[in-house]
Amino acid sequence: MPALEVRATGMLATVQDTGRTGFAALGVGASGAADQRSHALANRLVANPADAATVEVTFGGLRVRARGTVTVAVTGAPCPLTVAGRSAAMDAPLVVPDGAELSLGAPARGLRSYVAVRGGVAVEPVLGSRSTDILAGLGPPVLAPGAVLPVGPPPAAFPNVDVAAVPALTADLLVLSAVPGPRDDWFRREALDTLFAAEYEVTSRSDRIGMRLAGPELRRARSGELPSEGMVPGSVQVPPDGEPVLFLADHPVTGGYPVIAVVAAADLPLAAQAPPGMRLRFVRARARR
Amino acid sequence: MFIRTCGDHGLLVEVDGLDDVLALQAALYADLPPGVTEIVPAARTVLVRIQPETTDITALAAAIRGLRPSRRRHGDAGEVRIPVQYDGADLVDVARHTGMTEHEIVEAHTRASWTVAFCGFAPGFGYLVGDDPRLHVPRRSESRTRVPAGAVALAGEFTGVYPRQSPGGWQLIGSTDVAVWDLERDPPGLLRPGVRVRFVAV
Repeated sequence: MPALEVRATGMLATVQDTGRTGFAALGVGASGAADQRSHALANRLVANPADAATVEVTFGGLRVRARGTVTVAVTGAPCPLTVAGRSAAMDAPLVVPDGAELSLGAPARGLRSYVAVRGGVAVEPVLGSRSTDILAGLGPPVLAPGAVLPVGPPPAAFPNVDVAAVPALTADLLVLSAVPGPRDDWFRREALDTLFAAEYEVTSRSDRIGMRLAGPELRRARSGELPSEGMVPGSVQVPPDGEPVLFLADHPVTGGYPVIAVVAAADLPLAAQAPPGMRLRFVRARARR
Repeated sequence: MFIRTCGDHGLLVEVDGLDDVLALQAALYADLPPGVTEIVPAARTVLVRIQPETTDITALAAAIRGLRPSRRRHGDAGEVRIPVQYDGADLVDVARHTGMTEHEIVEAHTRASWTVAFCGFAPGFGYLVGDDPRLHVPRRSESRTRVPAGAVALAGEFTGVYPRQSPGGWQLIGSTDVAVWDLERDPPGLLRPGVRVRFVAV
């Protein structure tokens, strides 16, 4: 069976797939690739099924050596790529010959890149998923040099695209659609106006659980504690210090601080690509009700 | 019942209390509306998560309003007995908060009938509600960075057992050897919503 030998991981590299569903009532979150769109594209480029596991690479720096010749594709945050020392293209199927190394440099834009391998990363699933949940400590361990990732049997379909055209990630100001609620009534009237008018900045206190945002304080109208309630990814939760947290893939299943607005599902992949220092703005969207 | 929107990811249904949460959860499982991916019960709410691309949130809201949850309908999720050594580091503080002696606290905790209301915080962490309001205590003013696995604790109206070593702000009253979370077991969580629990002093 072919495999990928991990030689370097950069800041953080984990195995991810479409996540765990059906266990939230046991306190287990979904996890999965933070940017599901790039994860899905990487799988499509090598003709994998959508739920095959990929490697999520945070800010480049991954080096893997092929054991057996493999076909890979790298999507998401665009980084300089080399295969056996020669430069290679993002968003395209690439052949990595037996013994050769695939290397990802630091991305010029964005934060998370996805490496799909034809056949999928075939580590042992936990509760039906191969995703590493950083918050819950579930799933395969965070990748470290020396780890060997088995590659599954190749799917019946063959790659049939040479390169995918993807929209460029924004470099300066990210705009995210968000719907007010479910707890906007816990805030002063002007808080929603502030949220939809002000600019926020992604701070370095950000990870797969959530992004802490710096910007104008969102003042609450009610004090006291909110009984814990279920959370969704994209929730903009406001802790007592007034600085919002935008929840990503490994968010807690329940939380006790009010959520003022929720980022639209279609914009979550963009949020997951915002590196520390990125400025962002929310625009008000209407719920389809 | 009051229905709140969580963007296009789902609906947060607010009800009056834990009995209604369990009843609504049971009604949802019995008659699952199309497109629902996850049901997350909590203290006063049930979150109904959907597949955003394919589910009509208006139809889902109508389907939820059409449910007739019955407090009696939810079936028996079983009972577990959990042996506890009542030697927790916060017993003295709990005694101060409740005005009871340590002995009385142990007696109240073992006599009460507990039911798992919901899970959260960590995989397998159940929030258990009982029938003895004397045991209601605030969380610790400062969280511990390390609470050992198996710690039995109180906070608010709840008691709980820490599934693994983690940070935590609950008042520790004892410890158990029972693994409340075990990935080798199916289901891995011992304390699932609706399960009744008896604590036994050892």
